[in-house]
Amino acid sequence: MIQFDNIGKSFGSNPVLRSVSLTVERGQSMVIIGGSGTGKSVLIKTVLGLITPDTGKIFVDGQDVTKAKNDDFLSRFGMLFQGGALFDSMPVWQNVAFRLQRGHLKRPKAEAREIAIEKLRRVGLGPDVANLLPAELSGGMQKRVSLARAIATNPQIIFFDEPTTGLDPIMSSVINDLIREIVVEMGVTAMTITHDMTSVETIADKVAMLHDGAIQWCGTLNDMSHSGDPHVDQFINGRADGPIETLR
Amino acid sequence: MITLVASTIRSLGRLVINSLTALGRVALFALSTISHILRPPFYPREFLSALLNVGYLSLPVVGLTAIFTGAALALQIYSGGSRFNAPEVVPQIVAIGMVRELGPVLVGLMIAARVTSSIAAELATMKVTEQIDALVTLSTAPLKYLVLPRVFAGILAGPILVGVADSIGVFGGFIVATQTLGFNSATYILNTVNFLTGADIISSLAKGAAFGFIATLMGCYFGLNSGRGAHGVGAATKSSVQAAAILILAANFLLTAVFFTA
Repeated sequence: MIQFDNIGKSFGSNPVLRSVSLTVERGQSMVIIGGSGTGKSVLIKTVLGLITPDTGKIFVDGQDVTKAKNDDFLSRFGMLFQGGALFDSMPVWQNVAFRLQRGHLKRPKAEAREIAIEKLRRVGLGPDVANLLPAELSGGMQKRVSLARAIATNPQIIFFDEPTTGLDPIMSSVINDLIREIVVEMGVTAMTITHDMTSVETIADKVAMLHDGAIQWCGTLNDMSHSGDPHVDQFINGRADGPIETLR
Repeated sequence: MITLVASTIRSLGRLVINSLTALGRVALFALSTISHILRPPFYPREFLSALLNVGYLSLPVVGLTAIFTGAALALQIYSGGSRFNAPEVVPQIVAIGMVRELGPVLVGLMIAARVTSSIAAELATMKVTEQIDALVTLSTAPLKYLVLPRVFAGILAGPILVGVADSIGVFGGFIVATQTLGFNSATYILNTVNFLTGADIISSLAKGAAFGFIATLMGCYFGLNSGRGAHGVGAATKSSVQAAAILILAANFLLTAVFFTA
């Protein structure tokens, strides 16, 4: 279970998160929606210690994350970054097996490579891509490799940051289905950030909308379409007019 | 008039505070790097790759710079020395000039141009594309994995490159002096060897280590602290080379003062 308790974060004089309180239950797939620049990625990064919140606390299974940033703690998480964030100097298999080659999860090289190939297969990529460099792959394939890396150590919690950004609708659908399958199959707790309503419908058990630095609405996927919240209504229907201010 | 003076003082004050803040951050980064240098985990493969980049691949540019500088130095000293009837000092002055000053400084500036810029651009790109964040989520500290191997390689490769530059620079002077200025080869070598002291060579190699440290540290610091996008990468690269070059020249002055005025 991930518990955000009144999280606040400012960058200079710009408050991005004012007071975010949210609970993601174990095994649940939570999708965070909201406009650009509302701090969705910042929220995820606070859990992993990539950004330190100014105020509030975050608990993962009752453990305060600010006091638990060691190797053991981080090995419980996997993350799919928006742009893939693959290490471009290494071949695909080494990217996937990165964590399996160092630290307390270290395996012999042959075993690490075997696991990497198995994970690549799981995301629909053959062993022929294992020795390619990330730059030699298409955007969709890079996302798959990044997904394989996120699941390489069988984490308990996976974060997906804009998993379909930059992909065509068909590839987006493939990635969404893959994420759903993996989340269900592995029984992990998942937090996904997206603008893509198709992703929301495929991936989410529960949806939370972040607006003006706080959770505007939180409910099940089924409740979202009749939430009664004008912000949610405007966002999911993609209307320019409404309570969410837009620059024109 | 008073407003103008006040505004100028305010701007100057801001500049001083910003400069001191930046210097403090760099100093803290340097201390943090040094304090981790002997603490595991170690990444030998990354270190060897950095050593190849900083040291081996810098050899051509360092060698060419040194040979032409040594050759030009011989011509200048011969011409200058002839004005007061002392053209025979060419071997001694070429040796001392190359070993004490030009060898280390040229190597430092060449590393700043070639290595600092490439490290800054590489790390800044990694930051912009979230590869640094990915490293952290994969339980790997960027300081250990990215910074230490490069800085350690700089400290080790610096003296080696300086040794090579000193030798090639002196050789450049030797070629010009013996082939065009009429010096006897054996006498030239003898004068060079007899004139140089152990302190000259030690100071040269120590400067190499210091400049290698500065050059790689600046690349890492500005790369890891770059702004967003292509502009951020460009600005980080430019600032890293500027800072490395200035710090290398300042450190050269300090080290010269320490070694030769004490």
